[in-house]
Amino acid sequence: MALRGDWMYENNGGTCVAIAGIDYCVVAADTRLSVGYNILTRDHSKICSLTDKCVLASSGFQGDIRALHKNLAARHLLYQHQHNKQMSCPAMGQLLSNTLYYKRFFPYYAFNVLGGLDNEGKGCVFTYDAVGSYERVGYSAQGSGSTLIMPVLDNQLKSPSPLLLPARDAVTPLSETEAVDLVKDVFASATERDIYTGDKLEIVVINASGIKREYLELRKD
Amino acid sequence: MFRNQYDTDVTTWSPAGRLFQVEYSMEAVKQGSAAVGLRSKTHAVLAAVNKAASDLASHQRKLFRADHHVGVAIAGLTADGRVLSRFLRNECINHSFVYESPLPVSRLVVQLADKAQVCTQRSWKRPFGVGLLVAGLDETGAHLYYNCPSGNYFEYQAFAIGSRSQAAKTFLERRFHEYDTYSREDLIKDALFAIKETLQGEKLTTQLCTVAIVGEGEAFHIIDQQTIQDYIDAMELSTGGPDEEAAAAAPPSAEAQGGGEGASSEPAPMDI
Repeated sequence: MALRGDWMYENNGGTCVAIAGIDYCVVAADTRLSVGYNILTRDHSKICSLTDKCVLASSGFQGDIRALHKNLAARHLLYQHQHNKQMSCPAMGQLLSNTLYYKRFFPYYAFNVLGGLDNEGKGCVFTYDAVGSYERVGYSAQGSGSTLIMPVLDNQLKSPSPLLLPARDAVTPLSETEAVDLVKDVFASATERDIYTGDKLEIVVINASGIKREYLELRKD
Repeated sequence: MFRNQYDTDVTTWSPAGRLFQVEYSMEAVKQGSAAVGLRSKTHAVLAAVNKAASDLASHQRKLFRADHHVGVAIAGLTADGRVLSRFLRNECINHSFVYESPLPVSRLVVQLADKAQVCTQRSWKRPFGVGLLVAGLDETGAHLYYNCPSGNYFEYQAFAIGSRSQAAKTFLERRFHEYDTYSREDLIKDALFAIKETLQGEKLTTQLCTVAIVGEGEAFHIIDQQTIQDYIDAMELSTGGPDEEAAAAAPPSAEAQGGGEGASSEPAPMDI
């Protein structure tokens, strides 16, 4: 059901979330791929590991998302050849922003959340719009279930105003397990009301010892 | 005598049917410090001698990774080598992007050779002054190729290029028959022996050489100095083996004066 004869995008739905901790980062996304009211597959990953310390989750049009992930992976390989080391998470954040803005007048239909460890080993999350506007935050949600999830994360994780003294970190003081549990809870809630979110949840945790993956079954209706 | 009349342009043939500029560019390869490559069915090893311009300078990089499954060692004009490495990396990335699979090594060397050939047929260009030993692994196994500035390429079981490489080649010629079944450790040891041959008596230390390997289950990477030191130490302990035979059999290195005579009845050298 294209909106017009020449409509070149499609929304495959899905939700992505990321939470930054003191020395870890949690990135999670559901694995449902839909078109309209149909489910194309229950088992499609929206998460791409770009470096040892940096993971990208994107929801939106999967064709553009695949191309975007491949593009970034190729750019990262080139970087490694030239600099003999992997890109840092903030550097990848800037690269993603530039890559998205490069197609400002025919955008990638991708809503991204980049999570990982910064140069000091602290968790960092970058959240994007479709054309590359980005910001470093302590947590974020993007995709079809983002409006259902974001208020809950705000309630649980929002730090006091940055104008307050002493300055507080945007990253949450929660432990890794608590953050993962929170992610599972918010996804279970979003699955209840958002038809595009469900089936299975893929949770990726990045910390000093590497990248760990975990799965959780979600409601399939 | 006739050589100098027809060697101004790369687009000028000599009466004997030779392109002297292309042959001169192959001389440049012989001026570079030595690089050797060897392969078994499952692994390929590259080793190079680190030569620094002076004691104050750091040595130039000779080994470059092109992709997870391919790497090159260069000898000759390092700047040309760097540019070609960038080209190789780009080709590998483009192929992976489009076909989601690694570029077969044989295709890569053809693309490289075609690029080199272009420079032998344009009056406003000059041939690349660098020879490349391309080592890689693909579905058909491990491979080692030598890419010439002339645009030719050859596949080898083992080869050496650069200055004093004849000593290494003589060593490899006696040993290469078994390389197909060699373990990766033995390949590395032989690479180090071959490098040692080119040093002509100078002591082999980790500062002097760089070694890289690619193989099944092993992406192309440069082996760290400590591991190399361990291999060298093991070699010192078992001296008396390949060392002395090689010293006795190695002919005086003659490639330095290789192209001196210009007699047109000589067959055109492809390379030495």
